[in-house]
Amino acid sequence: MTAATVSRRSFLAASLAGGVALTFEARLAFAAPGKAEPAMLGAFITIAPDNTVTILAKNPEIGQGVKTMLPMLIAEELDVAWSQVKIRQADDNADKYGPQFAGGSMTTPLNWLPARQAGAGARAMLVAAAAQQWGVPAASLTTGEGAVRHAASGRSITYAALAPVAVKMAAPDLDKVALKSPKDFKIVGKAMKGVDTPAIVRGEPLFGIDAHPQGMLYAAMVKCPVISGTLKSFDDAAVRREKGVLAVVPITDGEIPAGKHNAVAIVGDSWWRVHKAREKLAVQWDTSGFDGFSTDGYAAEAKALLEKSPAADLFRAGNADAALAKAAKVVTADYAYPFLAHATLEPQNCTALWHADGKLEIWAPTQDPATARGDIAKVLGIEPGSMTIHMTRIGGGFGRRLMSDFMILTACIAKALPGRPVKLLYDRTDDLRNDYFRPAGWHRMTAGVDASGALVALKDHFITFGASGKPMRAAEMRATEFPAPVLPDVQMGMSFIKTNLTTGWLRAPTSNAVAFVFQGFLDEVAEAAGTDLPSLMVKTLGAPKQLPPEPDDTPFDTGRARGVIEAACKFAGWTGKRSAVPGKGRGFGFYFSHRGYFAEVVDLSVSDGAITIDKVWVAGDIGSQVINPLNAEHQMQGAVIDGIAQAMVWQPIEQKAGAVTQENFGDFPLIRINQTPGEVAITWVVTDNPPTGLGEPTLPPVIPAIANAIKDATGKRLRSLPLSLA
Amino acid sequence: MAISLTVNRKARTVDVEADKPLLWVLREDLGMPGTKFGCGAGLCGACTVILNGEAVRSCQTPLSDAAGKDIVTIEGVAASPVGAKVVEAWTALDVPQCGYCQAGQIMSATALLTATPKPSAEEVSAGMAGNICRCATYLRIQKAIAQASTAISGAAA
Repeated sequence: MTAATVSRRSFLAASLAGGVALTFEARLAFAAPGKAEPAMLGAFITIAPDNTVTILAKNPEIGQGVKTMLPMLIAEELDVAWSQVKIRQADDNADKYGPQFAGGSMTTPLNWLPARQAGAGARAMLVAAAAQQWGVPAASLTTGEGAVRHAASGRSITYAALAPVAVKMAAPDLDKVALKSPKDFKIVGKAMKGVDTPAIVRGEPLFGIDAHPQGMLYAAMVKCPVISGTLKSFDDAAVRREKGVLAVVPITDGEIPAGKHNAVAIVGDSWWRVHKAREKLAVQWDTSGFDGFSTDGYAAEAKALLEKSPAADLFRAGNADAALAKAAKVVTADYAYPFLAHATLEPQNCTALWHADGKLEIWAPTQDPATARGDIAKVLGIEPGSMTIHMTRIGGGFGRRLMSDFMILTACIAKALPGRPVKLLYDRTDDLRNDYFRPAGWHRMTAGVDASGALVALKDHFITFGASGKPMRAAEMRATEFPAPVLPDVQMGMSFIKTNLTTGWLRAPTSNAVAFVFQGFLDEVAEAAGTDLPSLMVKTLGAPKQLPPEPDDTPFDTGRARGVIEAACKFAGWTGKRSAVPGKGRGFGFYFSHRGYFAEVVDLSVSDGAITIDKVWVAGDIGSQVINPLNAEHQMQGAVIDGIAQAMVWQPIEQKAGAVTQENFGDFPLIRINQTPGEVAITWVVTDNPPTGLGEPTLPPVIPAIANAIKDATGKRLRSLPLSLA
Repeated sequence: MAISLTVNRKARTVDVEADKPLLWVLREDLGMPGTKFGCGAGLCGACTVILNGEAVRSCQTPLSDAAGKDIVTIEGVAASPVGAKVVEAWTALDVPQCGYCQAGQIMSATALLTATPKPSAEEVSAGMAGNICRCATYLRIQKAIAQASTAISGAAA
């Protein structure tokens, strides 16, 4: 297949209208048709003369499967066979493709309609072309496997043959273009393998770390051990004498996002050489003002703050104190969770080339290229439009690569070495210590239960990180956290601790911590009320209704919540009775996040203080359609095991004198195959709602389910992560 | 000093420092980026290659230790009968999520099944515990090893 020439390219650039719908903006300028060349129909679809259809995948692929899933939606409505389809990763170009980020499990909800409309719009143009060619009404034509058919005359013509004419057809109104009925889906809902799997098992270069533009140099960096510390002075004479070292680049700008990123980069002909040369760098940092922060200090501050009144209100209804004074029973407990790193297996890296004309070309494993583009433009003082960002496959995202620090640093180095591409690679210690950490938090929970066993009042004093009455990034919690909106008397307040650490979103951000606190605590409330957690939840949820959403989010549907709770209990054979077998325990957890409703049951064994997860049951509601069941199952099983890791395996990020102390996977252990549960069983609750994403919402409920199962097995209530009986 | 080794059945000579880890020789000097850098300390297994029939962490293997040895990497693993079955099972079950660790997983699984064609669950756990998958694709890794094991036994019968 040859590349489309500009004169032949007749594309309908997709642009974002009203934040949701893609519309076609027809730009039809091309030479006379006739020659066999690929034709573009819309921003995403190119049809080659051999009837191969190349579909651009617009969003970053971090292992969540969108590089396969988005083209499935387009191919379905275009009505081609999946075997005809080739998939290519699009570059960053939001004007052309619409939003291109991997975050918030938003790819499915944001693209379910627009991607299908893009396919259906192109199909409509192909049908119009056939109708014109044959002089028959479009309504008399059908499509399938990349061809248009006219049943009455028995004629058939391939999309490839029609494409040169189709590109001249008027672009349809995408909001009115007919979409398939789900019962006619041939691709959506079928198990499709990951588009890159064959290349992965052959070891082909796909990832950011594999980028290798001609003449590329390598960079390693020495960063201030204390985040936000600044470069005072350095002596690079000895470094420059090391074999392979070509340049030493101090980086003293780079204040975005949140905190300074001072570093000294060593650039040369081999990463191994420049990394080794770091030992020879004499460097002094100014860490004053930042070297007083420590894990122990935060804990002491939190303890003191819990005894005071909250500094700020989060949500208030009725009079919680008065209601608690009248309650038949009052339950109170303190919960806590630590700072965590993301530890993507592919360390942060980026490759950049500062061209002679001042334009910047970047190859990056980024989850959010548009934000990175803005950040780089700001730090380097260049036009956002002067950059090209190629999105590589990403060796794990988990929210870490929503941040652009590694791209900003690389751009700074590239600017110092115009004309030479340079790849900056963090080593594991750089990566662990310069994370945007999941922030720690503390909650003092209080609940009141009336004589009937109903939950009637709730208080939460949440100690989090921030300043001036505002939580830092990813250190907030929802004011609408269930069950607050359904209770008459609620008081949720926050107090704040300062930190020099940069904070950020870790897979299912805020939910991965708050689910543990609320569902763990409600398990205690259920016990005090003489019931079990699923029963207390069903009672508290009440009749199906929509609870008010957070800004820009969807409402919480108590009926859908109840649906998955009942499904999980049925699936796991939940009886609500305590485990009769010594050392065996069963626990339940529910959570609503990222528009998905998930209820999970955990069976575990405890022997000599060691906890083994035996089986996890998952019931999920993500709407009317699971787009790729093969990947859906994989995402859910992975998220459950990721949750188990957060609950039991990962160790708290430790900070002393301002600096994070962890070095590698020895002191920040990840979960391994021998710690994996025997089975993660999945059942779906299909509801008539638009499909939503699966990268995150399966994760949060497993954490409280484990804590609650440990209580069942041992009688011990663990209220602090990581869960440990040692 | 030039050092010779065999990589995926091809004789290769590199003239770099003898203490340069095999991982970086493969990635930087031999243009074979399939073997991945994860931790640089032998803790994650992303850099696993097979050296004279044994799975080793190439980030901990100085070039001098690879001199004259027979190295198999992800780029060449499917050339062996066991490697081919492992790759086939990995593809059939669509094991990767992000895929970054999978080269190392496939190399460890190939070494395991070459030494132990019918591993018990415990042997799979022990043989694969050195390889971290941050996406936690472990349930499919277990299935793929079982499927490859069956295929190997079938082929041998």
